Amino acid sequence: MDTNSANSNLKSEDYFINMGPQHPATHGVLRLLLTIDGEIIKKVEPDLGYIHRSIEKMCERDSYQQIVHLTDRMDYLSSHINNEAVCLTVENALELEVPERVKVIRTIIGELTRIASHCLWWGVMGMDVGALTTYFYGFRDREMINDIFEETCGARLTMNYNIPGGLMFDIHPNFVKRTKDFVAHFKTKIPEYDKLLTNNVIFQKRMKGVGILSKEDAISFGASGPVARGSGYSCDVRKYHSYSALDKVTFNEALKSDGDSLARYEVRIQEMWESLSIIEQLIDNIPEGEHKIATNAVIKLPKGEFYQKVETARGELGVFIHSTGTKNPYRLKFRSPGFSNLSLLNHIAVGGKIGDLVASMATLDLVIPDIDR
Amino acid sequence: MKIALNITKTIQDLLLGFMPEGTASILAMVIIALIYLAIFSVAGLMLVLVERKVAAWFQLRIGPNRVGPWGLLQTMADALKLVSKELTGTVKADMFLYNLAPYFVIVSSLMALAVFPFTQEFQAFDINIGIFFLIAISSIGVIGILLGGYASNNKFALIGAMRSGVQTISYELSVGLSLLTMILITGSLQLSEIVEVQKNGWLIVQGHIPAVIAFMIYMIAGTAETNRAPFDMVEAESELGAGFHTEYSGMKFAYFFLAEFINMFIIAAVAATVFFGGWLSPFGITDSIPWLGVFWFLGKTFALVFLMMWFRWTFPRLRVDQLLTLEWKYLLPLNLLNIVLMALIVWLGLTIQL
Repeated sequence: MDTNSANSNLKSEDYFINMGPQHPATHGVLRLLLTIDGEIIKKVEPDLGYIHRSIEKMCERDSYQQIVHLTDRMDYLSSHINNEAVCLTVENALELEVPERVKVIRTIIGELTRIASHCLWWGVMGMDVGALTTYFYGFRDREMINDIFEETCGARLTMNYNIPGGLMFDIHPNFVKRTKDFVAHFKTKIPEYDKLLTNNVIFQKRMKGVGILSKEDAISFGASGPVARGSGYSCDVRKYHSYSALDKVTFNEALKSDGDSLARYEVRIQEMWESLSIIEQLIDNIPEGEHKIATNAVIKLPKGEFYQKVETARGELGVFIHSTGTKNPYRLKFRSPGFSNLSLLNHIAVGGKIGDLVASMATLDLVIPDIDR
Repeated sequence: MKIALNITKTIQDLLLGFMPEGTASILAMVIIALIYLAIFSVAGLMLVLVERKVAAWFQLRIGPNRVGPWGLLQTMADALKLVSKELTGTVKADMFLYNLAPYFVIVSSLMALAVFPFTQEFQAFDINIGIFFLIAISSIGVIGILLGGYASNNKFALIGAMRSGVQTISYELSVGLSLLTMILITGSLQLSEIVEVQKNGWLIVQGHIPAVIAFMIYMIAGTAETNRAPFDMVEAESELGAGFHTEYSGMKFAYFFLAEFINMFIIAAVAATVFFGGWLSPFGITDSIPWLGVFWFLGKTFALVFLMMWFRWTFPRLRVDQLLTLEWKYLLPLNLLNIVLMALIVWLGLTIQL
């Protein structure tokens, strides 16, 4: 404590609190060891491992088709994009060229996934700052996307729609119509989100100038996705290393330079608009053709190291495969966005209040299974 | 000093017919207490149900709809569940204070209920310092919250209790001062007297500009007094789990829970009485049927309760330092200025008399 030196004969201890692993604000089994002085945060120490399932080790056991299914369970809110990352890595290694149709459908569903993830984040974000109603609004719109997914691939959350070489099934006949309906619906809903939460004076006060992350720090902490873009660091993988059909569309990278919680919030809202525009550009001209190309029943990657990164709803997901030419990877490493983003929590939360910590943590959009794997 | 015990007196007179005076007055008190306990629990349960239904409207849901028609018995079932639940607690809790805390909260809100004029006739105690009594009694509740958080040996609860102390003490000032502004017009603290004065127009009309300001300050501070969103610092679900009542279960928790809703009712009822004429009907349309006053009183109160629910289900929560900034830097100076303005208006006779 600061008063320690002045009254050296008085003993004082730091006040520790355990936030989590079962706490409403940590959205999963994250445990934060907080050192606080009254309301003010002195130190935040994330303690991980509560949902560690050794997915990377399990990958070394499994065939490449099976690995895809494990990636659903990392960042379950962008499961499709995770699947895509592994499939792209395998396809690149095999030098497979998937049909155009597959690329376009992957991109559309990927962007729908991103919107669904941001909807959930927005609902939970509101809940973390105390506005409980946002949760239901976010889920209402996310539900429409889930219904589209359910119709096409049978699953709502852990989709497993991608396989190395294409897609597991072709899209459902209703897919195009329902996606268009959703886009039209959601365009009227984002302004509603702004009305309910973004423009609320209390919300603005809670977010503005809180949890500031400078561009330099964002880079040195390895931040990616909306967290880094909120600090003005242009790092959209979709722009710089475009994959699937993303090179066929034009979209703006959402960028804010303030680096505070509000900037990270606004980047995500902006990203929803951009995703809608990407979907609109692709949905009308999905090329005809096969939905997959045949691969060997047992996929063996050539010897070597392969890396592919994609932009999930949380940031940059990298998949690194070291192959020795067998049917399993020798080593498979995921570079998950959540882990790097969590590492900067201490940096942005110290000196703030407990309420600030919760609000800043919500803008990092953490998914714990993604961090622990 | 006229202390009229309206219904108490009616019942006492009734009983005097067949028993000695001492017994009659004691029995009358007991009957009144029972009536108010019944009102208390029914109002509490109903408010919980209303809150859940209102929340459901805001949140695109249906709300409770399984137990009884439209879920009317849902809260009854919840209450039964809470009664039958085991009382758990922490090992190293200060058991005496821990057990005492819920009673402070519930007793303070129950006592506050006693002075309201539901109609001209229906009022347990018409004491001449009614408003003062209300403010004084309602601040006992915070002791319960402080004790509960302090005694339950839980760090989150302690932070909740600390916040509650800070918050309630600050906003008590605004509640008191904004009501004081209105007292300048009525010149009396007695609630029946305050309603009487409003036969010439509700006080919010009589006092026009300063009255509207006072009403807004009162509603803000009143919401903060009840520890409801956007001022639910004390519970702050996403920050502190459940705040000061984290370690309470069963009926002890239910006491805190019920008291919160009754406090909301009380804040709204004070606003209805002081600003909107209590049981008086608008333009005296039902003056000939006095018992209809209870509907006007409850109608006005529920409109204000709805307003407070509206706050709760749309606003995010303030941060604790912003909460104090709002009170000490904005509301309090504004309040003091407002009192001067009101004093000038009353002094110059600029009030609007219908």
